[in-house]
Formats: sequence, C-alpha cells, structure tokens
Amino acid sequence: MLKVRAILINTFREAVRDKILYNLLIFALLIIGGSILMGTLTIGEQQKIIQDMGLASISIFGTLIAVFVGIGLVYKEIDKKTIYNILSKPVHRYQFLIGKYLGLIFTLFVNLMIMVGVFFSIIFFINGTIKIALIQAVFLIFLELMLVTAIALLFSTFSTPTLSAIFTLAIYVIGHLSHDLKLFGAKNQQIWIKNFTKILYYIMPNLEYFNIKSLVTHNLPLPENFLLLSSLYGITYIGIILFLAICIFEKRNFK
Amino acid sequence: MMAIKTIGLKKIFKSGFGKKIEALKNLNLEIKKGETFGYLGPNGAGKTTTLKLLIGLLYPTSGNAFILGENIQNVNIKNFVGFLPEQPYFYSYLTAWEFLDFYTQLFNIPQKIRKKRINELLHLVGLKEKHADLQLRKFSKGMLQRIGIAQALINDPEVIFLDEPFSGLDPIGRKEIRDIIFKLKDSGKTIFFCSHILSDVELICDRVGILVHGELKAIGKIEDLVETKLKSAELAFSGLEEEEKEKIRHFCNRMIEHSDKTLAVFNNRESVNEAIKIIMENKGALLSLTPIRETLEDIFLKEVTHDGQTT
Repeated sequence: MLKVRAILINTFREAVRDKILYNLLIFALLIIGGSILMGTLTIGEQQKIIQDMGLASISIFGTLIAVFVGIGLVYKEIDKKTIYNILSKPVHRYQFLIGKYLGLIFTLFVNLMIMVGVFFSIIFFINGTIKIALIQAVFLIFLELMLVTAIALLFSTFSTPTLSAIFTLAIYVIGHLSHDLKLFGAKNQQIWIKNFTKILYYIMPNLEYFNIKSLVTHNLPLPENFLLLSSLYGITYIGIILFLAICIFEKRNFK
Repeated sequence: MMAIKTIGLKKIFKSGFGKKIEALKNLNLEIKKGETFGYLGPNGAGKTTTLKLLIGLLYPTSGNAFILGENIQNVNIKNFVGFLPEQPYFYSYLTAWEFLDFYTQLFNIPQKIRKKRINELLHLVGLKEKHADLQLRKFSKGMLQRIGIAQALINDPEVIFLDEPFSGLDPIGRKEIRDIIFKLKDSGKTIFFCSHILSDVELICDRVGILVHGELKAIGKIEDLVETKLKSAELAFSGLEEEEKEKIRHFCNRMIEHSDKTLAVFNNRESVNEAIKIIMENKGALLSLTPIRETLEDIFLKEVTHDGQTT
C-alpha cells in the first residue's frame, strides 16, 4: 500500500509542477467567473445561465485535464525511461498503474474542488443557498472524469500521446452521443449497420448517465435510483478498463 | 548459490514486416557472490537487453534467469537488487531528497530509518547537504550519475547492476565513481556492470564477459583471457655507429631514431637478446627495455573484429 501511495503522491507532485494544469485551470476559472457577465445579459434567466455555464466548464475543463495531463504523465514515464527505475524496484506493474491512476484522480479531485469552490461561491453569493442537485451534478461529473481518466490511461499503456488523446476524446464524444447512435442504428435499413451500431452502443461508455446538467438547471427531478445506478455503472466500467490496462501493461516489453 | 545465473537466456525482438532480431542468443552465465563482473561489448551487442531481462523490464523469449537463487519473475527478489540505468533518467522536478525518499518508500523502508539512510547515501556519493534541496533539473551530469548510484544503493542491495556508470564523466568524476565501486566491492557486494571504458574494467573487475551480436564470445579472469606471453618489446639505446644499428634493423620490427636515441621494437625474445648483445659488444648504452603484453582492449578488439569477419 505504501508503494501505491508513494507513486500516487509522486504523480500528484508532478502534475502540480506542470504548467499545462495551471493554464487549463485558470481558463476554467475565467469562464466560470465570466458566467456572471453572461447571466446579466439575460432577463430572469441569470441563475440558469450561471449554473449551465459553470457545470459545463467544470465538465469540459475537467475532461481536458484528465486527457492531456493524464496521458502525458504515463507516457512521460515510458518516454523519459523513469519507469525503468521504478520497475527495477520491488514494485508490481499493477501497483505502478494503480498508483498512477489514483495520483491522477487525486489531481483531478483537487482541481475540481478549486473550480467547484469558485462556482459554488458565485451561486451562494447570488442565491444565498446551494441546492443538493448541484452537488449531485458535480459528483456525477467527477465520476465521468474518473472514467475518462481510466480510458486515457488504457490508451497510454500502448499508444503514443497524440493517438491516445484522439482516441480518448473520440470515445468522450461517442459516449455523449450513444443514445443517438442507438437511434441511428434502429432507423437504418442495412443489417450490418444495425449490428455495428448495436455493438458500439454496448461497448462504448454511455457518458449521458453522468450528465444531469439540464435537469439541474431546469429544476427537474432525477429519475428514481439514477444516482445509485450511474455510480454502479461508472465503477464497474472503470474496473473493467483498469483491468484491461493492467493486462496490457503486464505483458509490455520496455525496449 | 550463485548471485546471478542465466540458463539459455534468449530474447528475440519482432520488428515490422515479420522481421525478427535476435538480441540475445542462449546466454549462460554464472556470477558468484561478491564478484565484480564486467560485461563488455560494442554498441548494440545486447548488454542493455541482458540487464533489462535481469531486472524485469523485458520478458525473455526463452530461457531462465535467477538472482540469489530466485527466479527473476519473482518481484520480491528486487528487494536485494540495485540498478543504475544507462542514462540518468530521473524525475527532474523532484529535489534530491524527495527523489531518494520516493525510492525508500518503494522498498517499504520505515520512516525512522529513511532520513538516516538518505543522509548516509548523500555522503557516500559525495553530494553535499546543500544539494539535498536542489531540484534534479539543476544537477550536472556528474551529480546526476552520483544521485543515480545513491538510488541504486537505497536498499543496501546484495547485487548491483550498473549500466555504463562512467558514461559522460570527466576524469575526476570517473575516479570518484570508481572509488565508490571499490568500497562496494570491499563490502562484499556482487557488482555486474556494463562499460565501454576498458581501462576501468581492467582495474575493477574480477572477471569479464565479451558479448558480440548477442553472443557471449569470451568469459573469464582478465589474466586468463590476456595471453601472458610477450606481444612485443621496446628497446631504447644510444651510442651505436650506423653500421651496428643497421645490423639490428635487419631483425627488428620497427626502428625509430630521435636525436641520439634509437627505439627498436621486437616481436620475440631471441631478437631482443641478439640486439642487447650487439649493444653490449659495441659499448653502446642500453636506456630501457619495455615488454608489451596483450591488454583487455586487444582481446576485445580481437573478438569484435573476428566476429565482424565471420558474420
């Protein structure tokens, strides 16, 4: 456990000493702050605009941090050969990968807390209160980021950073359009397209299970057990992806 | 029990279009505890591949390897192993202290002992207290090599693998690293190291192995590998007339004249004796006689060039 913790802390330390992270974070905070300005342009919809922009910024910038910082951190270990030294110590490869993943999740958590802190302060300043649905929305965003990070980690165990980033972002987009994918398949006459979209629908993560932004901003109730089922779906999916990443990483030769 | 043992260790790399490269061919090696073993070979001979196989960065295509009697697939054996990679690729954003502390944690070294151990190592590799809080990105090549050795010794290992420990160091740096290796040798550690710098290998190692194109071409004690018979002898003299010098010139290999001194090179003992006789009989002055024996470099070049001709 101490070994995983040491790798976790080292990963976090590397991330916080990386300039990309601060650039993304500052940009996110500017947009969240800018939502106040956008809100003043609308009549009676100020709160809705601020909530919508705030949650969207947290989600998008969180994803960018997960993808770019996440992929870079694992790839750099291999490219700069620092991994040689870690794996020459009594560390199992799975311990390295889990430590790296948890380090990234911890980095994301701290970043999310900064963005959420600013976002909630603005809401509290305007509203005087923070509704529970907002906290639920942030929780699901974090779960989604954990899943995206796991996918980024999986690709970075065998691919280059550019390809990993493209693949991860592609899955992120497909994951949010998975309902449309199913619909497209159902309406298509070609059997192979029907089957292909069906397989894709079941293999690709359905990231809409973590998206309650529109429900929250429109003050609509969540379906029953949505939070519980989404959490179970997310954790299971993360487990499978990490398992795959470990299997690939265990077999890898470091030339 | 051997410190390091390999049985038929083989590694084949597959490159594009189904092409296979045999980086290591059936390596059989036995290194005793406390031995200092020099692993030599030209670039691309398979030295680093061997090291990577032994520390688990590569998986063998076939064969087995054991460290202290344990199969290398057992991760726990690395508790007794130290490794310095060829280039010091370390986390440049960490300070020297943070860097060493990170590795102590990978060995589950208790917090109480960590501080003492890190201080001891910084002292051993000649880094001062002020360097402890300096980020590694500000370290010179020589300092990085030292911190690399410090991390390799963090667990007080029984078996130490050093990949080109002298690369990129100036003569003072080389001497300092050599002294550290001597200290480790004196404390009974098994040292396995790859190097191109043959003079250092000759000085430090008990035994050497020469690897060419993935094949172990020669292995043994340096004095056994190097032929003890004379390779040649250099004789310096003065005070002889041209006529006598001409007599010597007939049976020597080469003759160089410099002001009143003459240097003659012979390739057998009989010729040297004959030349000395001529110098004595003609009342010349014998200035020096230097026997030239075969060096490790000669052996190395012989193995490498011989292989180059046959392959």
